[in-house]
Amino acid sequence: MQLFKYLRGASLTLLVAALLSGCDAVVMSPSGDVAVQQRDLLVWATVLMLLVIVPVIVLTLWFAWHYRESNTEANYKPDWTHSTVLELVIWSVPLMIIIALGAMTWVSTHKLDPYRPLDRIDAQTPVPVGLEPLTVEVVALDWKWLFIYPEQGIATVNELAAPVNHPIRFKITASTMMNSFFIPAMAGQIYAMAGMETKLHGVINEPGVYKGFSANYSGAGYSQMKFDFHGLSEEDFASWVAEVKASDGNLSRDKYLQLEEPSIGDPVSYYGQVDPTLYYGIFNRCVEPGQTCMEDMMYHGGMDKHAGHHGDAKAEHADHQDHAGHQSHGGHHE
Amino acid sequence: MFENLDLTKLIFGRLTWDAIPFHDPIILGTFAVVALGGIALLAALTRYKLWGYLWNEWFTTIDHKKIGIMYIILGLVMLLRGFADAIMMRLHQAMAFGDSTGYLPPHHYDQIFTAHGVIMIFFVAMPLVTGIMNYLIPLQIGTRDVAFPFLNNFSFWMTTGGAALMMVSLFIGEFAKTGWLAYPPLSGILQSPGVGVDYYIWALQIAGVGTLLSGVNLLVTIVKMRAPGMSLMKMPVFTWTSLCTNILIVAAFPVLTAVLGMLTMDRYLDTAFFTNDLGGNAMMYVNLIWIWGHPEVYILILPVFGIFSEIVATYSRKPLFGYTSMVYATVVITVLSYLVWLHHFFTMGSGASVNSFFGITTMIISIPTGAKIFNWLFTMFRGRIKFDVPMLWTLGFMVTFVIGGMTGVLLAVPPVDFVLHNSLFLIAHFHNVIIGGVLFGLFAGITYWFPKATGYKLDEFWGKLSFWFWLIGFYFAFMPLYVLGLMGVTRRVSHFEDQSLQIWFQIAAFGAVLIAVGIAAFAIQLIVSFRRREALADETGDPWDGRTLEWSTSSPPPPYNFAFTPRVHDLDAWWQMKQHGFQRPESGFIPIHMPKGTWAGIVLSGISVVIGFALIWHMWLVAGVSFVALIGTAIYHTFNYDRDYYIPAEEVERIEAERTRVLANV
Repeated sequence: MQLFKYLRGASLTLLVAALLSGCDAVVMSPSGDVAVQQRDLLVWATVLMLLVIVPVIVLTLWFAWHYRESNTEANYKPDWTHSTVLELVIWSVPLMIIIALGAMTWVSTHKLDPYRPLDRIDAQTPVPVGLEPLTVEVVALDWKWLFIYPEQGIATVNELAAPVNHPIRFKITASTMMNSFFIPAMAGQIYAMAGMETKLHGVINEPGVYKGFSANYSGAGYSQMKFDFHGLSEEDFASWVAEVKASDGNLSRDKYLQLEEPSIGDPVSYYGQVDPTLYYGIFNRCVEPGQTCMEDMMYHGGMDKHAGHHGDAKAEHADHQDHAGHQSHGGHHE
Repeated sequence: MFENLDLTKLIFGRLTWDAIPFHDPIILGTFAVVALGGIALLAALTRYKLWGYLWNEWFTTIDHKKIGIMYIILGLVMLLRGFADAIMMRLHQAMAFGDSTGYLPPHHYDQIFTAHGVIMIFFVAMPLVTGIMNYLIPLQIGTRDVAFPFLNNFSFWMTTGGAALMMVSLFIGEFAKTGWLAYPPLSGILQSPGVGVDYYIWALQIAGVGTLLSGVNLLVTIVKMRAPGMSLMKMPVFTWTSLCTNILIVAAFPVLTAVLGMLTMDRYLDTAFFTNDLGGNAMMYVNLIWIWGHPEVYILILPVFGIFSEIVATYSRKPLFGYTSMVYATVVITVLSYLVWLHHFFTMGSGASVNSFFGITTMIISIPTGAKIFNWLFTMFRGRIKFDVPMLWTLGFMVTFVIGGMTGVLLAVPPVDFVLHNSLFLIAHFHNVIIGGVLFGLFAGITYWFPKATGYKLDEFWGKLSFWFWLIGFYFAFMPLYVLGLMGVTRRVSHFEDQSLQIWFQIAAFGAVLIAVGIAAFAIQLIVSFRRREALADETGDPWDGRTLEWSTSSPPPPYNFAFTPRVHDLDAWWQMKQHGFQRPESGFIPIHMPKGTWAGIVLSGISVVIGFALIWHMWLVAGVSFVALIGTAIYHTFNYDRDYYIPAEEVERIEAERTRVLANV
């Protein structure tokens, strides 16, 4: 039975070593403030739970050892089956830990809500007044990522760039399959779903190249659905935008319809021109001429037409409303 | 010629010779092995003239004990297939880096991970759990059989029918490439027009009927058929956990039937429940499937908690500590399991308040679960513990499961889940609780109750070997996955670029090999024990000095379980009977009323499998005719009034006298 105890100890050591070796893993040492806060939460929650788990494992092994049949010196109390005090302890101690964890959860879930705009760049720096987030529209295609920068009027496939220490507002949708937009170094993930828009707010605090991918299986080309996320200084970002703008790719509606066709392992490509109504068309599923936009199909409650998320989208795209009907313009930009 | 073309399509639908994967050497090889093995088995059965025996004693039986054994055999056989899928994935992922694309093309790999999940949950864990409940419940509550014996037989065959359809998908056509829960839009008709998702749907719908009816059956049995004097708070703990499990089955499985039904309508009838257009919404599927899915995992774990309670008490030579607390904890877990489903998709964008609510309810479940662990600890405290194989599995469980539980609570914090969702950390977590919890418990239970079912114990040496290889193999296979998850690696990926990850996958593959040895040791254990069964025989019926009523019967029990229905006065009924010098009655036997076996279960299930296959391949004529046959057979069966018989008093006397003689010689 010494062997038993030894092997169990060895396995636990393996476990602890394994966990500790993850210390330079991206989730444990991310480069974006949101991910850093999430990591801190992970560590705190683990510590809170180890308060219970470690004693439980130790007690299990110790009781098994001490009260083994061959240890005739151990106290044997076959009639001891109830203790109110112990019951109170084993229900209330975990309860208190869960209350603490629950409070942490409520607060942090609201603070780190992907839809919530950032109020800080990092732990020491709030967002400077007047700094507008960079907007990136993300479309999960089969099986590649399309990034549209509406303010810069450019688009890229399978390459994302953003300035360091500048909040980013991602607006995310998909063409068909349910995917999940995930850059572990920057922030948590959020699903990309067709006909719907999700939002993610994040910021990258260090320059570098970070991995991005889909975290929800979506079919044959899923394993190749990866992109590089470049965290760049403001100057480098401006150069990058200029480089993309100078390329002769033109993401018109027709070009998009071609892009939408399933393909696997697409190389990085740049589009210097983007149809400004394209994203609205994608997430309203009316890119093709003749399709009715979902916004127009949906019931608007008859009251304030600008209420709720629909209202947001409508207000944001209000200037595009006229364009949506004139889809023939898109066709001429080929 | 036009006539002929129509007829072929009418009969064979979209089934053509292309459906047979002649081009795939791995599948062809598998088929060859299975075919040869199958033919050998059939030949042996014919040579030893066992068909009659099999049909009369096993296939048509309504005896809950035999049905329980058949469920367990089904589960163990499917474990081999599910594990084969696992080891294929581990080997592939250990290799598929950089220029190497591994040995499995993506379309094959994607079917394997889907099949692995479906088989392990629906055709390994569920049958094993159902089998143990089926075997034990009537014995523990002092009754002869379940409330609806024919339904029991039918449920078993429907589950087997689902498994059969899954096995057919390997050789005719293909399986789904969607993951084990088949989310739309990927599983919709536009994205998966092939037969794969249809195999998935019909295998699960057929098996689902079996599970649902089994849930109803066992629930009614426990509520209505307990021995006189056995109030709810005098039931064995395993019966309590089974009661809660069957409540969960009855309340949750209809949701699965409904959501798969809607997916079926989307695929066959062009409806728009879960489509991207025409008002459909895939988020609805995700919600519904997890409203079923979360109770499902509690259906798997609760009976196993009951098994551990029985084993810890027996092997610590002490009654279970805090029985009342254990019962309340089980009931609380049952209720709470309906309030947590959204934690499976925090990342779908439900908003902070909704996410927080479900995160907090998930954490609350850890409180009653923790109370159970402590109660097992206190049962061991000041006990006198014997380390037979079931107790080893229990200790392995207590250490391993709490780690899995901890990572589960971590995942329950939504912002943490945002970085760990769908990663290998998640995979490690659920395997941690399912292997460390459900599987360890099933092996413990099988070992513990094996002598009761067969009359001989399992060989100790091979049992211990199997345990150690499983335990150490588990840690080697899954701890690296926690690390990989923290390194940002996501699930279901068939090719990697980052070489620094490879070592972890190789360690995991090594772990899978250790587990393979553990499974082999278990198989050898079965063979060795059978061959040594005389030496390992259990003549007393009570080899572990047990506490509950099943140990009062012979090993194996007589067909009628109890010659006289026991009268129960206390918790741990059999232990109390032993303490008070219980004497077995040796005379005064009366004829015993028993239900009779029937062919209807296996025939109705067989027809259901044909209907499923026909619907998958769009063989509408065959489907239609089979459906008529199904209804016709069911109606015909209702006119079968030859459903019962009496065991004469002399026969009972003879069986009981034989037992008296055996006990005297012990």
